[in-house]
Amino acid sequence: MDLDISKMTIAAAADGMRAKDFSSVELTQAVLKAIKEKDTEVKAYLTVDEEGALAGAKEADDRRAAGESGDMLGIPVAMKDIFNVKGQPCTCASKILEGYIAPFDATVTRKLREAGAIPAGRVNMDEFAMGSSTEHSAFQITRNPVALDRVPGGSSGGSAAAVAGGTAIASLGTDTGGSIRSPASYCGCVGLKPSYGRVSRYGVTAFASSLDQVGPIVKNVEDAAILLGAIAGADSHDQTVLDREVPDYRAALAGASLKGLRIGVPKEYFIDGCDPEVMASVRKAIDMCANAGAEVREISLPHTEYAIAVYYICATAEASANLARFDGIRYGFRKVGPEATLQSLYDRSRTDGFGKEVKRRIILGTYVLSSGYYDAYYNRALKARTLIRNDFQKAFESCDVIMTPVAPTAAYKLNSTVNDPLKAYLGDIFTVPANLAGICGISVPCGKTSENLPVGLQLLGPAFGEVELLRAAAACEKEFA
Amino acid sequence: MEEKKTHIDVARVCELAHFDICAEEMTEFQAQLDNILAYVNKLDELNLDGIEPTMYGQPVVNSFREDVVTPSLPREDVLRNAPDSANDEIKVPKIVE
Repeated sequence: MDLDISKMTIAAAADGMRAKDFSSVELTQAVLKAIKEKDTEVKAYLTVDEEGALAGAKEADDRRAAGESGDMLGIPVAMKDIFNVKGQPCTCASKILEGYIAPFDATVTRKLREAGAIPAGRVNMDEFAMGSSTEHSAFQITRNPVALDRVPGGSSGGSAAAVAGGTAIASLGTDTGGSIRSPASYCGCVGLKPSYGRVSRYGVTAFASSLDQVGPIVKNVEDAAILLGAIAGADSHDQTVLDREVPDYRAALAGASLKGLRIGVPKEYFIDGCDPEVMASVRKAIDMCANAGAEVREISLPHTEYAIAVYYICATAEASANLARFDGIRYGFRKVGPEATLQSLYDRSRTDGFGKEVKRRIILGTYVLSSGYYDAYYNRALKARTLIRNDFQKAFESCDVIMTPVAPTAAYKLNSTVNDPLKAYLGDIFTVPANLAGICGISVPCGKTSENLPVGLQLLGPAFGEVELLRAAAACEKEFA
Repeated sequence: MEEKKTHIDVARVCELAHFDICAEEMTEFQAQLDNILAYVNKLDELNLDGIEPTMYGQPVVNSFREDVVTPSLPREDVLRNAPDSANDEIKVPKIVE
């Protein structure tokens, strides 16, 4: 049987298996074959456990034979290399975790397995999710399948490259400052960052704990709804997950329409220095929503210009604390100097284990937390974060959804920002505010540049407003098709 | 409020963070980090008097659960990841003379 999975969605695969057109084993074989044949240039995947994936598929087929029929049953999912999957490596694309084999499942992994999905293959990322291009992986460069000389975005670049490159049906990524939405936009996928507290972070290697959130990178909005439904919900292992009911997100999409939807367009997101073609494409998409019956109004998020400064203080401070656990003692890479002291073990393991961008961010984070600077930097950033959160709270009093570009440019050429970190950081300007405010956001493809590069429209919704956000996104998707 | 600087003592911070960087990186990082620092000093423009800090993604207060004992990870699974181990324990360089 020759199954083409390149355009196949979760929904279509689930229908195919329910109709007995193919089994999960056949589907998984098709995914493994696609990886072998098509991932040679893009290089989205770091490792693939073929045997484990096929065993999982067999189990899913058995469960179906026993009467189960859920949407995720038998669906292979490409996992960002940040999720613990028992028995598989979990390197976070860092040398310091080389050789580590996860002794447990992350909660999202467990939930996927319970739904019958198969964690199939681990995809590339920026080291410890620090980056927006996937060029900061310690192991390999991943290319954008739409244009091979360009970055796929990041940090979940492997996820987007696999989905867009036809080597995955769906993928799970993480988003700390745009790491799901930006690669989804660059590669022409749909990427959803759920509200903070919607999905458990247990077993997901921490970058910045108050900002990190897990979410899907997929081929359409319906798949985002399906996958979110499978991973969301309370977890006794993560006290930051709110104990709220998980609605049937897929069913909630029925009858989605733009009619009467109040769309806020923040003037601070349409600024000089952005690619005019990207801006025009986003403007045009918003006009299409207006023509379809939405009420479009200009709004203001006045503290937007401070978001990058706040983000790079908060995120690096949290990262410097979180990454202190990588010390060469209990797992991963260890190097001992001739001195053979504990101190030299720490220093040498971390010196050779961490890559450049990770060190740069740990230095900044350590500095802003260090004695004498804590109040001047970290505490000020936390207060400014409150202003950014308040901006959104006020904005959502007068609109249902906010529409903005995802990034100031389309996918850029490889090697164009690696030597200019500040330039790379400023590229996150439209995505980091949602993480700082804890709200939800989604990237939906809305057009292409003259060079045929995908452009993403970002929709933002209030905290725990995923149903309305997904409905708006589904209506947009229909309108833009 | 403490005095702000426009210069990070990178060598000192690396000591605090427990890693080294090479001479070439030192020069490169110094310029980049000072540049980033100058940028984040933008926050000085804001009047933040009386504003409460936001430390978490959502306001969560006292999330309790039952204190139930559950199994820990199997010892062999954990030790499999240790770079060096002996007698069911992780080995480290001598720390007490």
